[in-house]
Amino acid sequence: MKKILIVDDEPNIVMSLEYTFKKKNFEVYIARDGGEALQIAEDKIPDIVLLDIMMPNVDGYETLKQIKNNKNLKNTKIVFLSAKNKAADIEKGLEMGADKYLTKPFSVKKLVSEINELLS
Amino acid sequence: MISIIIVYLALLFLIAFWAEKNSKSKWVNNPYIYVLSLAVYCSAWTYYGSVGIASQSGISFLTIYLGPVISLPLWILVMRKIIRISKQHKISSIADFISLRYGNNRFLGALVTVICVFAIVPYISLQLKAISETFEIITDETSYVSTSILDDSTFYIAVLLAIFVAFFGTQATDASQRRKGIMTTVAVESILKLAFFLIAGVYVTFFLFDGTSDIYQKASQLDNFKQITSFNGVESGFNWMFTILLSFFAIFLLPRQFHVAVVENDRERYLKKAIWMFPLYLLLFNVFVIFIAWGGNLSFDGTVNQDYYILLLPLQNNNLVLAMLVFLGGFSAVISMVVVSTLALSTMVSNNLIIPYGFLDKFIQGNPQKNTNYIKNIRRISIFSLIIVAYFFYVNFSYELSLYSIGLISFAIIAQLAPSFFIGLFWNRGSAKAAKTGMIVGVLVVVYTLILPFVVNVLRENNSFIEQGVFGIELLKPYAILGVDFLSPEAHSFFWSMFLNTMSFLTISLLSKGNYRERNYAEMFINSSNYANLQDSAFVWKGEAYVSDIRNMLNRFLGEKRTERALHLFNIKYGISKEEEMADARLINFSEKLLTGSIGSASARILIASVAKEEPVSLLEVLKILEESKETIAINKALKEKSEELTRLAEQLRAANTELLEQDRIKDEFLDTIAHELKTPITSIKAASEILTDGDDMPLELKTKFLDNIVSDSDRLARLIHNILDLEKLSSGRDQLEIKTNQIDKTIDKAINGISQIANNKKVAIIHQNGKELFANYDEDRMLQVLTNLLSNALKFSEPEIGTITVLAHQKKEIVEVVVEDNGKGIPAEDINYIFDKFYQSKHQNIKKPMGSGLGLAISKKIIENHKGKIWVDKKYKKGARFLFTIPK
Repeated sequence: MKKILIVDDEPNIVMSLEYTFKKKNFEVYIARDGGEALQIAEDKIPDIVLLDIMMPNVDGYETLKQIKNNKNLKNTKIVFLSAKNKAADIEKGLEMGADKYLTKPFSVKKLVSEINELLS
Repeated sequence: MISIIIVYLALLFLIAFWAEKNSKSKWVNNPYIYVLSLAVYCSAWTYYGSVGIASQSGISFLTIYLGPVISLPLWILVMRKIIRISKQHKISSIADFISLRYGNNRFLGALVTVICVFAIVPYISLQLKAISETFEIITDETSYVSTSILDDSTFYIAVLLAIFVAFFGTQATDASQRRKGIMTTVAVESILKLAFFLIAGVYVTFFLFDGTSDIYQKASQLDNFKQITSFNGVESGFNWMFTILLSFFAIFLLPRQFHVAVVENDRERYLKKAIWMFPLYLLLFNVFVIFIAWGGNLSFDGTVNQDYYILLLPLQNNNLVLAMLVFLGGFSAVISMVVVSTLALSTMVSNNLIIPYGFLDKFIQGNPQKNTNYIKNIRRISIFSLIIVAYFFYVNFSYELSLYSIGLISFAIIAQLAPSFFIGLFWNRGSAKAAKTGMIVGVLVVVYTLILPFVVNVLRENNSFIEQGVFGIELLKPYAILGVDFLSPEAHSFFWSMFLNTMSFLTISLLSKGNYRERNYAEMFINSSNYANLQDSAFVWKGEAYVSDIRNMLNRFLGEKRTERALHLFNIKYGISKEEEMADARLINFSEKLLTGSIGSASARILIASVAKEEPVSLLEVLKILEESKETIAINKALKEKSEELTRLAEQLRAANTELLEQDRIKDEFLDTIAHELKTPITSIKAASEILTDGDDMPLELKTKFLDNIVSDSDRLARLIHNILDLEKLSSGRDQLEIKTNQIDKTIDKAINGISQIANNKKVAIIHQNGKELFANYDEDRMLQVLTNLLSNALKFSEPEIGTITVLAHQKKEIVEVVVEDNGKGIPAEDINYIFDKFYQSKHQNIKKPMGSGLGLAISKKIIENHKGKIWVDKKYKKGARFLFTIPK
């Protein structure tokens, strides 16, 4: 079973994602900000992290950096999921090492297919 | 007798030689030499003529010395200025000086030269006459003007003097350099003539007579005694005044005086010695004049020339040695006068007449050695010609003339330079045209009123011209123009010539402005006090010239070595690179100055102009430059103020720009935040909707949950949009407040009622401390919005069960203050400055934005500000959060 870590401070969005990936047979973990996410990632070594950018305390960028610096997590794929949709933002995200950058609002179906592709 | 003269002359040659050789010696370089050389003023006229005047018309001989004595205190001011200007510009004569003042005007220099020659040559010839006459008295010859020049001893003396001047006067080509040899001999001669004159005076007074009172008593018994010892009414007073004025001018303007006082001046401080020593010298010279005159009147019966009493008295008493000494004294006076006069005149003739009017082309082609020889030869020829012309004048004309009257005529002509000279020193409007006209008019008047009658008298032996005027017109009688008949001919002539000269000068100067050169030099002469600033750079010059051309030109006159040295110094002084190809105004001016000493200022200008492509500078430009120099200070000040103002403006612009950029950034951030805030509920709604669409197998409970989410996110979205629009409305000023007088406590109660349900659910107490009936003017709906926002924030951060919110309103002077405080965890210090910003939500919020749009406090702040009130957080309050706002009553 693949492990997915969902990081977002919006409970309603988290709820939708949690439901979707559980249904697709993922082992789902939830974090509400970057700090929480790092702890869980260290602990569970997820295959993939869905990462919001604009979060309180530790934001998405910082979280990405920390994950990239962690050798244990070198195989973990990272997907940014953000409302920031300017070209410059997307470029920045990918340059920092994200495997995918999806803008909000996103299509659930598309998200699932992108993630399947990443993990195959 | 002749051998004594030759020995004497040889002695003078020796002194000159010695002084040239030891030109560094302090015997040659001291203020006494300078003062004594000034005494060249005392020519044969003084030596012999004064006695003649005194014997006929009493003390009026003094006037000719009073002028210089009166002028001397002024020297410190005027002469110092003249000397400074002359040194600066290497001026070598009065002609140079005047022509430079009026913009290097070639014609003016020549005119001054001609006037001077015209005035001085007869004067020199009189000196020769004095030699000849005294020589003949002492040797007792009778045929003193012999038929042939060759056996006239005066001719040989004249030639010897010419050789002397030619030899010592042309040692250097640069005529502005000092001739120490000649000056030393002149000084020595000044001592000799004074000494011999005094010895003779003492001899006459104390040996021939028994002291001063003895002479006085005897002389007072003569018939004409009364007439010669007192003033003769107002007319005589006028005559005195004019003669004093005449001699006042002469001490500045006579070429020989200008030469000794200005050109030969070594140090400015010598002037301080001169202003008391020179008058003293003149005083000593005049002590015995009156006694010798009386003594002569007593001893001779009027058949002899009174001018020579001083020589005749010792002879009459067979004191040959004393007579010899007296003769040598007079001879000294003549020699120094002739030498210095011819020296000064020859420089003027060569530099201001011959060179500028004919030899310039030759110089441009010649090499330095040749040019130097040319210049020297021109001067030597001038010297010889002047003396020879003077000699012939003496032979043919001066037979009839007395020393005194020729001297006065000479002074009267020279005085025509005075208006241009003196006024030009202090008035910047004087122009070349005016100077020329004034001089010509003045000289013509002198010719008409003084010389013409004289010549006519000599030639025609009848007085009709003098008595009836030209064509018999009474008003034009040469001695009584317009009926002014109470003055002596000299004073009369002087009065009219000076009057018309000055008037023409002033009128023309006022009517026409000079060209740029004139105005430029005028400015330099007048502002000689800040001369250092003006000198080279003041010269207005526009055009193109190559340094190499100018260097070549200088080479021709100064030789390679001097040229290199001069240019080297110039480059150092102004920090100009040696490789600089183009000459600037300063170099042009500097080179003109260098050449001025050799060939005169007008020629120098023409020469430099021949290698420089000068562009005419328009009068407008010159005026601008000149006026700028005057207004520089004012303009500088204005500029400084302007620049300060500009700096201030730039500062403001920069600040405004920064502010705009900041606002731009804030706006971008705001839009980003709005986008983010809007997209979040939309994302949630979209995801939930998708899930529900596919979720046939979803349990009903979960379905309901997703549907609830959709509803709450829709609400959130709606609220957010409402708030954004509300804030926009408040910020843009489009919001119309409905201000009415309300009771604040009632409004507070309404607000509390609005959220009491939620507070009750959370078990948080809201206490309203009701005070007095407080009324204030405000929009109640908006005020409710603020209060609700503050209360719900407080509620949000209050702990259930123990949370308490306190609201109270009270009056403070003209305002009403409302306090909303809670006992929650308070606002973190790092947030406190930002809580009123749009979309600012504390990072430390635990509860996830249940209701907040992030705009609540920003909207509240706008509302209070629109009521002209204030809203803030009490930073010192530690028991929770404490918000306060005020509105005017």
